Amino acid sequence: MKVSNRLQTFVPGLDTLTDGGLPRGRTTLFVGGPGCGKTILALQILVEGARRANEPGIFVAFEERSREIVANASAFGWDLRRLQKDRLFLLDAHLDTATVQGGAFDLAGLLAGLSAKAKELGARRIVFDGIDMLLAQLDDPAAERVELLRLHQWLYESGLTGIITSKIGQADPTLSPRYGFLQYLADCVVLLQHRLVNTVASRYLQILKYRGGKASCNEVPIVVTSRGIEVAGFASDSLDHKVSPERVSSGVPDLDAMLGGGYFRGTCVLISGAPGTAKSILAGAFADAACRRKENTLFVSFDEGSAQVVRNLHSVGIHLDRHLESGRLRMYSAHAGARPAEEHLMQIRSLLDAHRSRCLVIDPLSALTNNGGRTQPRGNLDRFMALERRLNITTVLTSLLEGFDGLREASSASVSTIADSWIHLSYAIQGGERNRGLTIIKSRGMAHSNQVRELLLSKRGLHLTDVYTAGGAVLMGTLRMEREEQERAARLKDARALEEKRRLTEESVADLTSRLEALRQERDDREQDLKRMRGERAGDVGTRAMHAGEIRRMRRGRSTGKGSAPARPPRRKT
Amino acid sequence: MSRQNPAKPVPEARERLLLRLYIVGEAPNSLAAIRNLEILFPGGEASGQSVEITIVDLLKEPLRGIADGVLLSPTLVRLAPLPVRRVVGNLSNHGAVLLALGVVP
Repeated sequence: MKVSNRLQTFVPGLDTLTDGGLPRGRTTLFVGGPGCGKTILALQILVEGARRANEPGIFVAFEERSREIVANASAFGWDLRRLQKDRLFLLDAHLDTATVQGGAFDLAGLLAGLSAKAKELGARRIVFDGIDMLLAQLDDPAAERVELLRLHQWLYESGLTGIITSKIGQADPTLSPRYGFLQYLADCVVLLQHRLVNTVASRYLQILKYRGGKASCNEVPIVVTSRGIEVAGFASDSLDHKVSPERVSSGVPDLDAMLGGGYFRGTCVLISGAPGTAKSILAGAFADAACRRKENTLFVSFDEGSAQVVRNLHSVGIHLDRHLESGRLRMYSAHAGARPAEEHLMQIRSLLDAHRSRCLVIDPLSALTNNGGRTQPRGNLDRFMALERRLNITTVLTSLLEGFDGLREASSASVSTIADSWIHLSYAIQGGERNRGLTIIKSRGMAHSNQVRELLLSKRGLHLTDVYTAGGAVLMGTLRMEREEQERAARLKDARALEEKRRLTEESVADLTSRLEALRQERDDREQDLKRMRGERAGDVGTRAMHAGEIRRMRRGRSTGKGSAPARPPRRKT
Repeated sequence: MSRQNPAKPVPEARERLLLRLYIVGEAPNSLAAIRNLEILFPGGEASGQSVEITIVDLLKEPLRGIADGVLLSPTLVRLAPLPVRRVVGNLSNHGAVLLALGVVP
């Protein structure tokens, strides 16, 4: 791509789409029905060229009066009056209906004047807006061709980059005979369309032709924002963005723990679930935590008004009102169906820029993917999220999933592949109750818990309870409480039994000890006896002999022994 | 080119007719316009009314057309009598031209 043969339009996305811009020094044709943005786009290219490339421009208005153009431009923040001093020339070529046509005419006078003006201004860009109005005056196809050729020749010789806009039949502009000739003269043809998609008015742009250049020929959505037209999502996308290892809190400490520290900064987190599964609350907790970290945060709500969101979150201990007061938090509510998805996304982007937000909540994103922008929601969303990542904005998206087969539906919306982390909230119906379950379905680049947890809401905030599994199922609500109670009871019972057993054992030990003591005592006594018995053995014999002598003496009446017999020791009974 | 009083009916026809013709060099339509004016107002008069014609060549004074709000060429402007009237084209449609200029043949 040579820069020299491209003219930067500075229209966000258009230069990417056309691989550098419009053909410089050549003619580009913008065709389309009324209200599709031709005039705005052409004027924007002039204004941006004058402001940013210091390339003065001339705007020849056949259709609108210059004061209308100035007024319309101010809505986009383009100060034409200031530019008109030295960098912009607006020529009011609105044809006066009072002018009488007295024969054939041509554009030679106009072009002579424009040549002089272009020289005076140093103009590089020129727009002929609404050439169809002029051609209609000619009222002659042959004359029309002659004048278009004259214009083409003039543009070619002037060296200016020209943009001609023309209103051409609504249904299929390319079938119009006028289009055939116009497109032949132009080196680049851009078709702009305005149509209803599922009742939502949407604008599209398509490059039909680009001589000597490569340009994407896909039809792409364009949006009119407060700063002019943008080609949705084409503002240079690349997946090569810096990744951050930094974690940011989800606002729920238990969830942070499950995620191993929180979400990664600059990633996109999807919270899906059926209605009422507390998706908004989880998103609100994230916003609250972000504001507490003093990070500007944008909360986009498609279901409810801002005040309603704040009030609802209040009931679970999340107080966003003070962040709103401090300006840390900005809220934006809109009806999803009021504008095409692309316009909402562009609006969000400009709010992010203005607010310098570091964190973003879109609740619910499904409001965007389900509306009229359905033809392209995925592509836009992809590009939008790629941008958020590049800007290192941490995004939490909630996705409303009807019914309970949430996973399949989320996949069909393809939102899940955009998200880096996906948290699914579901109802588990057990024992006649409906309880909220939370699962981390995926979380790129982090070790995360694979368990389903029960999400509890209270005035003090959100908590995830421990998991009770029974027969492979996670128990929640009353069943969980019953289970907890059972376990507590079982533990108590165990404790009592143990205590009893201990007591019995202690008693037994005490008994044994005392018996042991008694036995020892007895043994000691016996030992004593034994010792004594051993010492007594000889004496006993003498005594017996003495006794025998005594007996003999008693029997015979005469004494044979000497001394008397020792007294027997008292026998101790045990 | 402000339009002033609405056209008064007939009396204006007696006044002197002051015309200005914007041309672009020798472009065919421009040359045709000059020729048609000569046919319509031979000898500088029409039905006894004196006609004064000035010619502006936009090739020589290119910014003049833009300044005067003349975009299509050739353009004939009736400066007097008021109101100002414009006729675009090579003036080949004589009837329309005379009607526009308020000249009664």
